[in-house]
Amino acid sequence: MKLGAVGGDWLDERVGGGGLVKFFARKIFPDHWSFMFGEVALYSFVILLISGTFLTMFFDPSMTEVEYDGPYEALQGMHMSRAYESTLYISFEVKGGLLFRQMHHWAALVFMVAIFVHMFRVFFTGAFRKPRELNWLVGFSLMVLGMVAGFTGYSLPDDVLSGNGLRVVDGLMKAIPIVGTYISMLLFGGEFPGTHIIPRFFTMHILLVPAMILGLIAIHLVMLVAHKHAHYPGPGRTDRNVVGFPLFPVYTAKAGGFFFLVFGIITLVSATTAINAIWVYGPYDPSPVSAGSQPDWYMLWTDGGLRLIPGWEFTIFGYTVSLNILLPMVVYGGLLAFLALYPFIEAWVTGDDREHHVLDLPYNTPVRTGLGVAWISVYLILAMAATNDLIALKMHLSINDLTWLFRISIFVAPVLLFWITKRLCLSIQRQKRNLVLHGEETSRVVRTKTGDMLEIHEPLDEFERWVLVQHDDFRPLKAGNGVSALRAKATSFFFKDRIAPVSPAELREAMEHAHHEKHVIDEVTDGDYRIPAEKAMH
Amino acid sequence: MNDNLDGSSPARGVSAIAPKEGGGFPNPGLAPHVHRQADSDKRAERRAERVVAGLFLLSVLGTAVFIAAYFLVTPTGTNIFAEEGSTRAVWWSNLITGLGLAIAVFFIGAAAVHWAKTLMPDEEMVEERHALRGTDETRQAAAAIITEGLQESGIGRRPLIVTTMVAALAALPIAVLAPLSTLGPLPGNKLHHTFWKAGMRLARDHDGTPIRAADVAMNSIFHVMPEDLTEETEHFLEERAKAAAVIVRIDPALGKNEESLANGHEGILVFSKICTHVGCPVALYEQQTHHMLCPCHQSTFDVTDGAKVIFGPAHRPLPQLPIEVDAEGYLVATGDFPEPIGPSFWDIHKDK
Ligand code: HEM
Ligand code: FES
Repeated sequence: MKLGAVGGDWLDERVGGGGLVKFFARKIFPDHWSFMFGEVALYSFVILLISGTFLTMFFDPSMTEVEYDGPYEALQGMHMSRAYESTLYISFEVKGGLLFRQMHHWAALVFMVAIFVHMFRVFFTGAFRKPRELNWLVGFSLMVLGMVAGFTGYSLPDDVLSGNGLRVVDGLMKAIPIVGTYISMLLFGGEFPGTHIIPRFFTMHILLVPAMILGLIAIHLVMLVAHKHAHYPGPGRTDRNVVGFPLFPVYTAKAGGFFFLVFGIITLVSATTAINAIWVYGPYDPSPVSAGSQPDWYMLWTDGGLRLIPGWEFTIFGYTVSLNILLPMVVYGGLLAFLALYPFIEAWVTGDDREHHVLDLPYNTPVRTGLGVAWISVYLILAMAATNDLIALKMHLSINDLTWLFRISIFVAPVLLFWITKRLCLSIQRQKRNLVLHGEETSRVVRTKTGDMLEIHEPLDEFERWVLVQHDDFRPLKAGNGVSALRAKATSFFFKDRIAPVSPAELREAMEHAHHEKHVIDEVTDGDYRIPAEKAMH
Repeated sequence: MNDNLDGSSPARGVSAIAPKEGGGFPNPGLAPHVHRQADSDKRAERRAERVVAGLFLLSVLGTAVFIAAYFLVTPTGTNIFAEEGSTRAVWWSNLITGLGLAIAVFFIGAAAVHWAKTLMPDEEMVEERHALRGTDETRQAAAAIITEGLQESGIGRRPLIVTTMVAALAALPIAVLAPLSTLGPLPGNKLHHTFWKAGMRLARDHDGTPIRAADVAMNSIFHVMPEDLTEETEHFLEERAKAAAVIVRIDPALGKNEESLANGHEGILVFSKICTHVGCPVALYEQQTHHMLCPCHQSTFDVTDGAKVIFGPAHRPLPQLPIEVDAEGYLVATGDFPEPIGPSFWDIHKDK
């Protein structure tokens, strides 16, 4: 068929569309449910763009004081900013306004969940290894920008919760030695709260941050196409090919359809479940605050450390250093830095500079998986600590005891969980080794003439076996000969408990043994492996 | 022994890769394909086709509901489910428009995915990857282009240009500081003072009425602002954010801090309401224990002991507003807080 026959002549002659189609349409993408989270993140971002654009039509980012005379009776006559009033207007008077507000907020929550799950899918499967280190950094920046987008957006309606969030940020900034109060004054255009912060955050929220996110998403996807998607281990899959389905038509339908599914689900939730009912909290005023006020989930962890740290502060030459704020910030920075740098740390340890396109199964990399779980545990403890007042209330515990519990567990849990995870991975590896060597147990047992019991094993076929024997193996290095003492220690930490994948020689030996066993079993059963009940059926 | 698996030697030095004994297993290649029902059974294929079409039609129905809701179930105008302009009307409008839109988009997705899964080919295809690294010729050519370009620019031969270029590029970012500095005023002594002055009455927050000493019952708590601070005051919210205070009354016999009692009046003590941690309003008062609790990070202050911190991340006590009773029996401040209120900062202990 000719290009003209499918209506492509016109475009091809102007933009070379034919080449594009030829390049993209049959690009192969591998299929796996865990590849879905990145897509969810992308699609919820699109929904944020659509719903956010709707909101800009009616939202007024101004801190001018007005008196409310809208339809919501409980607030009539109250003084509030235009920002808050216009958010009420969107919620109560604009047709579909409440729906789009709730869709915007729900999409933001889904966006951040998807980013985190996606990031850890990449982490646990080693998809960050060469050549994808840069794309890992792009993804990491997207995660951070997502938090900035969420925080600036959360601040816009100028209700009590958003104002208190800003107040905490103001307090954090002031604690920065020497320049803190200057930064605070410059950001707020004077003293907190001032009349500048919401217009300024508005520009960041609807222009600066989304533009950066959009640009980085573009880079992220261009790199994805350049690298071609990594695939899980499987028969026929190697570091030199990609096995899956073509972009057109299968992925166009699946991924395009999936966008509408995500859109539909977020809309359904927004139609039925209220979120951020700002008229309940009231307009921002520096004096009241309600107990149990929490930020959106993705900012919780930044609040947790502030609750766990004791009141450490010291004065030197008359100047104050607030460790109770600076220490948590250092910890947060450390957590983020670990994530950002992990691909480079691991590459330094292994010294592996090959391209990797076949993903790791998480149990084959016990130390990496353990480190990931430990990181998540710290993150979750911080997030839970940020809700300690709610937990205490629900479970009838004292907040002080709970705080102490979290203070201890933030040190103990990561170490413990690292160890448990690593052991678990190793035991899965051992079990898979057995599976390769001895095949599947069939629960059929025969008694030999000498009275021994033998279980009949079904050997794996070569396709099943491949998945379990294909992975890389690493071993610790000795110091010297170009290996520093530190790196030797690191390789020992990573690989000293390694379990080597089954080698062909080992399998041959196991098969010979099995062959011998089969011989014995055949003698007893006359080569008929059916159990008595099955024989009776025939 | 320390070679990479593909036989090349790692550029980074010694690698920890353990070579596979005997080269490991050979990759068996793609497993044989198993066909779906709709691939072989014409009836199954037609059934799948009808399902896809049905899902697309459902979406059209959703769109119709969405559009209809815009006219029939509105928040402030016509609403067939609730009284016009009521809160229920907003709820119904949100629900019906939302359901309509959800159905409209969800079923497009469901149809497309079902189509792809049942009717489009599900046989995996293979595409070769190519090393990202350019060929040696390409790399050499690239290096040559850059070297040549650098030579043409004469960067190596003209140190004067290079030095001044570096200077210009280094100087330019300093220019950014100028516009940045106009984003806000300098802190000056703003953070060291609040609206409170000697002789200013303490007024109930929001209704603004002054408070008599006699009104303050034992164990009660009042949220107060300076009486003269009204909506007409310049920087009203900023001043409120610093001046907010609470009155508590304790039995003087319980007081552990002489100085704090002396700054109060017969056990009536006034503390800043702004937490010394990062500035949330310290709003919760436990009457039995005489503790004030900050809801943000649970710093706990003991008002019988000059609002000293007894738990949580705050370090400094809540500053205490010194008070007395004026001729008419009203509580008045005898001055500003003796030290800055709210979160700590670098020069908080310097006089300004
Ligand atoms: C990049 C990801 C984004 C995230 C995570 C995000 C998040 C948020 C959040 C949490 C809110 C508070 C909503 C509420 O009132 O409950 C908000 C408000 C808002 N957002 Fe976004 N947003 C994003 C992108 C955008 C874009 C691209 C636009 C416009 C083109 C936009 C426009 C708005 C507007 C106008 C508001 C204030 C209106 C209101 O609160 O009702 N947002 N955003
Ligand atoms: S602001 Fe009060 S404890 Fe953090």
